[in-house]
Amino acid sequence: MIISFLTAMMIAGTPLLFATLGEIVTEKAGHLNLGVEGMMLVGAVSGFGVGLYTENPLLAMGAAIFAGAASALIYGFLTVTLRANQVVSGLSLTIFGTGLSSYIGTAFVGKKLSEGIIHFCKPVEFPLLSKIPFIGPIVFNQDVFVYLGYLLAILVGVYLYKTRLGQNLVAVGENPAAADASGINVNLYKYIHILAGGALCGLGGAYLSIVEVPQWQDNITSGRGWIAIALVIFCKWNPYKALFGAYLFGGLSIIGFRLQQFNISQNLLDMLPYLVTIIVLVLSSIKQSKESAPPQGLSLPYFREER
Amino acid sequence: MQEEVFVQMNDICKTFGSVRANYNINFSVNKGEIHALLGENGAGKSTLMNMLSGIYKPDSGSIFIHGKEVKFNSPKDAINQKIGMIHQHYKLVEVQSAKANIILGQAGSLFVNEKKISSEIKAISTNYGIPIDPDKKVYNMSIGEKQSVEILKVLYQGADILIMDEPTAVLTPQETEKLFKIIRNMAKEGCAVIIITHKLHEVMAISDRVTVLHKGTTVATVKTKASSPKELTDLMVGKSVNLSIQRPQVKRGNAALKVADLMAYDQDKVKVLDGVSFDLFEGEILGVAGVVGSGQKELCEAIAGLYTVESGSIIYNDENILGLSPRAIIKRGITMSFIPEDRLGMGLVASMDMVDNYLLKAHHNQKGVFLKRKPIMTKCEHMIDQLEIKTPGVHHPIKQLSGGNIQKVLIGREIETNPHVLITAYAVRGLDIGASHTIYDLINDQKQKGVAILFIGEDLDVLLELCDRIMVLCDGRITGIVKSDTVTKEDLGLMMAGEAISC
Repeated sequence: MIISFLTAMMIAGTPLLFATLGEIVTEKAGHLNLGVEGMMLVGAVSGFGVGLYTENPLLAMGAAIFAGAASALIYGFLTVTLRANQVVSGLSLTIFGTGLSSYIGTAFVGKKLSEGIIHFCKPVEFPLLSKIPFIGPIVFNQDVFVYLGYLLAILVGVYLYKTRLGQNLVAVGENPAAADASGINVNLYKYIHILAGGALCGLGGAYLSIVEVPQWQDNITSGRGWIAIALVIFCKWNPYKALFGAYLFGGLSIIGFRLQQFNISQNLLDMLPYLVTIIVLVLSSIKQSKESAPPQGLSLPYFREER
Repeated sequence: MQEEVFVQMNDICKTFGSVRANYNINFSVNKGEIHALLGENGAGKSTLMNMLSGIYKPDSGSIFIHGKEVKFNSPKDAINQKIGMIHQHYKLVEVQSAKANIILGQAGSLFVNEKKISSEIKAISTNYGIPIDPDKKVYNMSIGEKQSVEILKVLYQGADILIMDEPTAVLTPQETEKLFKIIRNMAKEGCAVIIITHKLHEVMAISDRVTVLHKGTTVATVKTKASSPKELTDLMVGKSVNLSIQRPQVKRGNAALKVADLMAYDQDKVKVLDGVSFDLFEGEILGVAGVVGSGQKELCEAIAGLYTVESGSIIYNDENILGLSPRAIIKRGITMSFIPEDRLGMGLVASMDMVDNYLLKAHHNQKGVFLKRKPIMTKCEHMIDQLEIKTPGVHHPIKQLSGGNIQKVLIGREIETNPHVLITAYAVRGLDIGASHTIYDLINDQKQKGVAILFIGEDLDVLLELCDRIMVLCDGRITGIVKSDTVTKEDLGLMMAGEAISC
């Protein structure tokens, strides 16, 4: 019982993990992109559609990644090149993505993905490691995308903390003027990481529509994008902590099904992840050290010749 | 012997909107030379140097580096030509270590080789005599240490042309001495060093040649040894000026403000004010000296009602004003004037014009629902005349004025309210000699009117000349309150570093 719940928790946390990592990368570049929900939906619908017609899981995921990055490009152009307000740009991206996915998605309602895709997304046992008692079946008997999630979290962590490029990115997000004076191409860094962030959000959305659910429902993300944005603050912009935060919130989002037998109001249980989000935000804003603070340049446009 | 020319800038022009910042400027620096760039606020020094470091692009003119003509499109191009700029406001990433800041933006292996870089930094730091801990985070550093990081950063980049924008503005005399030693070392190693500064005695002490700019044009380039402070000032201002600061003798009145045992903590529970007690008398200027961040800002804000203190009292007219809101302090007829440390961040709204900025402090004295701009406009126009503020008009956004003019607007507004106690923090920060003297005169006028003035400054020479008494702060403690007639600059420096000296 516990093992089956925890296994499901990992699956429910995976789309959150992708989106959270995406938003971390974006915010590290100094851009608050509130369009996560929209980018996830666009990714979800493109991935599902391409999966439906090509019956190829990799093409489907590729399409989702591309669609996520393409939506992020709209945001990037608005906020980097035109220096528009980041909050408004992100919100409109969410509204746009929600509408677009509903419009395209009506054609997909009630359709089933091909066997090939379903088979590809089945759990794969990790040799040896899956034999570890208790942890093994939970962590190492999952589908390939869950494994990809572990890998990406570690990759993003190593990139941010150990490489020159990652350190340059931190500088761009913290103090773009300092980065610029050091000869870093600030706008290029911003664009690349906004696009990468969008790609990850798209992937997270597609995981929902192709693996977790797996069929098309209108507004399939149902607020997960917003939770991901809160998770970024919860895990203090740290991709390793994001790994744990995402699974914790994944668990919260499915705990309702498991507690139905106790006769607790379903509406109350549905509130849980959002309630915890609020509590987390309150707690995390009480004590802030320099390391766990948001990037100083977050949501501030940068213009070199500003006087 | 033919000197090797490192930098040659010919007929440089640059305009911002309708403001002509640089016009046909000629400038050159040789190998191993320390070259001072002198000029009033808005004379175009920073603009010129920003073009040399690739931040701005010149509208016309040519730049030759090491004898080759160059066109910079970004700071990276300038770095590649071995030009390094140490900005007045340090451009460092606070959350990163010294090491990470030093290697920022440089090509190299994908992964950072911590050990190798640390030893490379150590090698440079011993070569030039710049002490550094490569792993210390920048937000834990003192101002002097931050500057060391900036200097090491450009040296690590391999720069042999160093531009320093007001490097001594925030240093103690002792730190300045150390910096000068480093600069001389750099020149000896064959670097060309350009220093932008206002402080004439520093120009005389360190530079080989001086170029004077006035209103965006080059006035002259002279050998320092063949010149004098007086001559340089006259060139800079464009007219003959009296260099000494007046200190009118005024009979000291009653204690206007009695501060006792002020204790305050910041967000991280670190003590920022530690038992501060002093009396401020009518008709006196009490100077406050100290390294930046010794509690000056907190003291000012506590008196103005902006900073919550733990314990202690501030008595004004037999009433403890501690705990009153800033508006209540004004409403009780206690006129308090406050000129914040960063003139734009807190004192003025950058995108608003002069009239609206003035209204911020005056609107609650007006009757009726609607704002009356007409009377304020006349006041502002009067202020522009009196303080010689350079602006296209009263409706021009504040942020487009030069730093010195912004400051005149701010201080003019504070004095206009006829205060009884005037608190000025860094009133002449970054101001040129002419503008500084205008401000000193204004403050002296207030003193003669019997106003009690708390003058927080950074230039010890100015404090010594202008103030009647000087109070020294170190880590939130008062290390001494001394008569400025009897104290030496060296003693003040020691007190700023925390040594209590009785005199």
